Amino acid sequence: MNASSPPTAPADRGTSTVTQNARPGEGVRVALFATCVNDAMYPQTPQAVVTLLERLGCTVEFPVTQTCCGQMFTNTGYYEEAMPALHRYLETFEPYDYIVAPSGSCVGSVRDQHPILARYESGSADSAFVERVDALAARTLDLPEFLVDVLGVTDVGAYFPHRVTYHPTCHSLRITKVGDRPYQLLKAVRGITLVELPAREECCGFGGTFSMKNAATSTAMVSDKARHIEDTGAEYVVAGDNSCLMNIGGMLSRQRSGVATIHLAEILAHTEPARDAAEQGAS
Amino acid sequence: MTATTSTTSTTARTRRTPEPATTFLGMPPFPTAARAALDNTVQRKNLRHATHTIRDKRAQVVAEVPEWEQLRVAGAAIKDRTLRHLDTYLVQLEESLTRAGAHVHWASNAEEANRIIIDLVRAAQPDVADPDVVKVKSMATQEIEMNEALEHAGIAAWETDLAELIVQLGHDLPSHILVPAIHRNRSEIREIFLDEMGLYGEPAPYDLTDEPVQLAAAARKHLRTKFLNASVAISGANFAVADSGTLVVVESEGNGRMCLTLPQTLISVVGIEKIVPTFADLEVMMRLLPRSSTGERMNPYTSMWTGPSEGDGPQNVHVVLLDNGRTDILGDEVSRETLRCIRCSACLNICPVYERVGGHAYGSPYPGPIGAILTPQLRGLEDKADQALPFASSLCGACFEVCPVRIDIPRLLVHMRHKVVLKKKEQHRLPTMEAATMKAASWVMGDHRRLGAALKASSSSGSVLRGPLGRTTIGPMPWPASSWTTTRDLPAPPQQSFRDWWAHEHEQRPAQAQATGSDHAPGRTEEEQR
Repeated sequence: MNASSPPTAPADRGTSTVTQNARPGEGVRVALFATCVNDAMYPQTPQAVVTLLERLGCTVEFPVTQTCCGQMFTNTGYYEEAMPALHRYLETFEPYDYIVAPSGSCVGSVRDQHPILARYESGSADSAFVERVDALAARTLDLPEFLVDVLGVTDVGAYFPHRVTYHPTCHSLRITKVGDRPYQLLKAVRGITLVELPAREECCGFGGTFSMKNAATSTAMVSDKARHIEDTGAEYVVAGDNSCLMNIGGMLSRQRSGVATIHLAEILAHTEPARDAAEQGAS
Repeated sequence: MTATTSTTSTTARTRRTPEPATTFLGMPPFPTAARAALDNTVQRKNLRHATHTIRDKRAQVVAEVPEWEQLRVAGAAIKDRTLRHLDTYLVQLEESLTRAGAHVHWASNAEEANRIIIDLVRAAQPDVADPDVVKVKSMATQEIEMNEALEHAGIAAWETDLAELIVQLGHDLPSHILVPAIHRNRSEIREIFLDEMGLYGEPAPYDLTDEPVQLAAAARKHLRTKFLNASVAISGANFAVADSGTLVVVESEGNGRMCLTLPQTLISVVGIEKIVPTFADLEVMMRLLPRSSTGERMNPYTSMWTGPSEGDGPQNVHVVLLDNGRTDILGDEVSRETLRCIRCSACLNICPVYERVGGHAYGSPYPGPIGAILTPQLRGLEDKADQALPFASSLCGACFEVCPVRIDIPRLLVHMRHKVVLKKKEQHRLPTMEAATMKAASWVMGDHRRLGAALKASSSSGSVLRGPLGRTTIGPMPWPASSWTTTRDLPAPPQQSFRDWWAHEHEQRPAQAQATGSDHAPGRTEEEQR
């Protein structure tokens, strides 16, 4: 499979990748769940998902009735307040086979917490509502899962000539269990220098409202994370979740550390400008 | 004021054991206590070193067991089955214990338990005005604050576990379930021994160094007289086997074995969730516990006793079965799995919050992730300190991964948070600011048009926050944003939300979605590199 082929000279590999493997998403319709944090604060991330998935041949739709997974409410203990978001999610995404979000945490919330909330609201484990919620939860995927498991692609034709370290976010690690899929994807990016992050599996200290309610402890955690990131000498720290990156980036920025945060989708969407031009000329 | 002073001086005169400088009760809520703990640099270093050492050892020895996951599942299943039929097993345990010659006492709360224990100690030595008892390390007796209850009754309870001794002599409180003096380092321990040992018995040698061997030797010598003088020992139990009436104590130093064999009277305080039905069930637990707790393949000292043995060891064997809130936990179908806990401490050692703040900030002998769910269930949610505990976690999930009996701690933290929210709604006639904010946000998230309008407002405010120079980050801001921005920058809201971009984009290129280049992808990062 092309995805696991060893790196070769960019010029040779570029075309062969594109012709054999570039559009594994042809005929696949995807509903993009942008997530409220990205919608409001990091539009470039869902934009990158659109770029990436369309480049791979998918038909990307953004159902405009979507809002939020409700995690902020659930994790703070406000179950009742999470319900409108859950119902909105169900009504918006039920018609789709694949719902893809660039966030391990929001996907984790849909998969892990929506079933709990549905049972809480309906008071039983076998209502039709619960079944619908469970079924939709199972079709909701984090971006790396969709790319690797559904499209079967690890080399997405990206180019990113920078020194990068990857922080596996807690919920992608322990709830959605994306495992080494992000690594597989990053390793296939041309020009990238991937450096290992020390103590990478340790939480950055975000934790949603935890970062406000226990700001001091959260800060102690993220300052250690920032130190580990700086130790790698990377220009970018990449992760699959902008909430964690907002915390990590907030500390790195305050320290004027010279390390930027970037979402995985943005690296994967990034291609070599010259090659793009050549491809468009050829097609 | 005068009254307080005189009470204190009376207590000081009559006290026989070191007085703890503080008590868990009345401590400030977690965020405040944690803030103070974070500034204790020596403790930070001690905790970082100790938690990482145990954490790594655990990971190593767990990786050696290919069937670890099956063991976890079995451990959880055994505990669940026992809890489901706890009424039956408790009666069976009482019958087995009685048949074996032990005396069983039932205590529904801390006060009852302490009264029973005091009466038993007094009855064991009717002629002694100020009896001494030696203690095996026990969480149940910490939970009921037995040492202080005994002290007030004129009975001196001496801790014999090395770490508990350090805590007791240091006028301190335990900060970890397994290694209660985890927040102390060797030089601190040396100073405590030099300053305090002589006041309560055999003094430490004047030339004591901070070498572990020397510290242990000083403790051994100090404790020897305690072991030899006490005719009553008090223990907890790690497990109680229902069908045989066997109690099990798992320890590492041999001090437990001394307590369990030398004195004539043995009183064991056992939480009612400690039951395992049979020895076959115990086997699973004995494989799970040492690797999870101390990171050892096998436990150094495992003592088991089934009532008294004639002419050998304690002749009066008492068991106090303690509820103290446990049946309330059992009544909650979601959170009852908390009672599976075998007090191994793996969740403390892996927890990034515990590692930084230590145990005292949790205001309970049960700190860390398990404490954050167990304490507010045992004590109830009336108090602010107990309400704050389920929020003392970033929900990273590391605790669940290492729990040997698969307690889904992150999920239970969220469950407890929900109970806190309900409790607060009950306590406050007007909604709290948080509740009002959540209600408003919930209304916004209930409809995409409302969210869209909110995002438009955010983008406009963004243009103000970004200023004429186009800043991408926001520095310090006033409360409530200050809880974030005091230590971290905040990104400025973008000029356009994603949904506005999408709407704009799809007006321009209707239906025909075509692959584009990278021009709009990593824009932010280039700006941030400035």
